[in-house]
Amino acid sequence: MAKKFHLTLNVNGEHQELLIDPRRSLLDVLRNDLELRGAHRGCDSGDCGACTVILNGKAITSCMTLAADCDGDSVITVEGITPADGLHPVQKALVAEGGIQCGFCTTGIVMAAIALLESNPHPTEEDVRDGLAGNLCRCTGYKKIVEAVLNGERK
Amino acid sequence: MKPFDYFSPKTLSEASEVLSKYNDDARMIAGGTDLLLKMKAGRLAPKAIINIKRIPDLRGLTFNSHLTLGALTTLEEIKQSPIIRQYYPALSSAAATMASVQIRNLATVGGNMCNAAPSADLAPILIALNATAVINGAKGERRVLLEEFFTAPGKSVLGVGELLISLEVPKQEGKSIYLKHSPREHMDIAVVGVGIACRGFNPLTQVRIILGAVAPIPLRAKKAEEEVMGGSLTKERIERAAKIAAEEARPIDDVRGSVWYRRKIVEVMVKRGLTGLVNGN
Ligand SMILES: Cc1cc2nc3c(=O)[nH]c(=O)nc-3n(C[C@H](O)[C@H](O)[C@H](O)COP(=O)(O)OP(=O)(O)OC[C@H]3O[C@@H](n4cnc5c(N)ncnc54)[C@H](O)[C@@H]3O)c2cc1C
Ligand code: FES
Ligand code: FES
Repeated sequence: MAKKFHLTLNVNGEHQELLIDPRRSLLDVLRNDLELRGAHRGCDSGDCGACTVILNGKAITSCMTLAADCDGDSVITVEGITPADGLHPVQKALVAEGGIQCGFCTTGIVMAAIALLESNPHPTEEDVRDGLAGNLCRCTGYKKIVEAVLNGERK
Repeated sequence: MKPFDYFSPKTLSEASEVLSKYNDDARMIAGGTDLLLKMKAGRLAPKAIINIKRIPDLRGLTFNSHLTLGALTTLEEIKQSPIIRQYYPALSSAAATMASVQIRNLATVGGNMCNAAPSADLAPILIALNATAVINGAKGERRVLLEEFFTAPGKSVLGVGELLISLEVPKQEGKSIYLKHSPREHMDIAVVGVGIACRGFNPLTQVRIILGAVAPIPLRAKKAEEEVMGGSLTKERIERAAKIAAEEARPIDDVRGSVWYRRKIVEVMVKRGLTGLVNGN
């Protein structure tokens, strides 16, 4: 057994303290210890983006990050951006444009899009395609997702 | 993944201490995007993991007489930095060809070098720009030209207990370019990468042509360089240099491309790169 690591995190504005095995990924701790199941596990190797969360203001793949490496950091997950009584504008735009089907990729896309719009409030189509290049979707064919992110910004 | 002891040192000397204690059984983690893949796949099982992200000496991006990139500088920082975009545009565009933003926010330039993959995208362009690696170990600091940093796939001159601190890139007085060939535009490893930096124009007074992913380590195409140095730079000479570079390459057959294909791509890209530099784009 590896020695447990005492992890402190700020997740969606809440202070969290946990004892974890240092081998565990941030994704695993979010889903299984904090029961935040919005970030999904697709490939577990950095390729699909389903596990995207915002770490200290930046979109990252939480499957490729040791939770212990995030000690003291601030994490925002899809649960943190979704209002209790509705949807975030990016989520609304994805629904309105038909940029969501099965939904597996959607939480990651939402977080990647929010991080993109935060640093670049008026992206071009090229910017959006680049910002979402690490998010795979098996259902929609991307066009509607890109349109949603562009239109969500315009509205 | 096998269990490991975990450390998060705050200083270089603390890090060196832990590294020496575990001898060859410890691995540093920066972005983790190379290391964790290997550990997840069971190809690597270190006894200790040393998170180096809390060491301030490894941070920073400064520009005065030269550019200093702290080892922890992320690929996304290199892509976005206004200084790099202005003075080293080929470096910024090389970073832009890599992975996805989610990975670029984690992945570091130090990790890209120390992982020493033959396909590492920042190696050819940083060697073309004549970067120097600043290394720290028990015996203090030493400097090694990046051109001499790589020794074999996955291997560098770093000894046990040594860390890469930063990369120093001289001010550029000429032009440079990085070209990457991969089947997919995004999220793909280079089948061939070509970094070129040159000075002067008709005649070229200095040129460095570095090939990535076509040899065990990034390869300097010295004979191709000689072909285009001095004298008037004609289309024919550029074409000859491109053919020579393809001969100098020592690629292997793998899932990404055959030896023949890689050589052909080297030729195409060296020609395209030199032509682009000469025509000013
Ligand atoms: C989905 C995906 C896409 C990718 N796409 C690309 C791509 O297009 N091009 C490309 O070149 N790479 C790519 N990579 C590989 C990887 O992201 C890069 O090589 C990255 O720069 C590695 O940096 P890191 O900080 O994550 O390294 P880590 O994984 O943290 O470290 C890599 C190795 O270097 C050592 N190390 C790290 N920092 C130091 C230091 N300062 N001193 C001494 N040793 C150190 C570590 O011990 C480890 O052995 C990709 C990876 C993934 C998962
Ligand atoms: S699960 Fe993290 S990128 Fe696929
Ligand atoms: S909506 Fe099904 S994977 Fe994207």
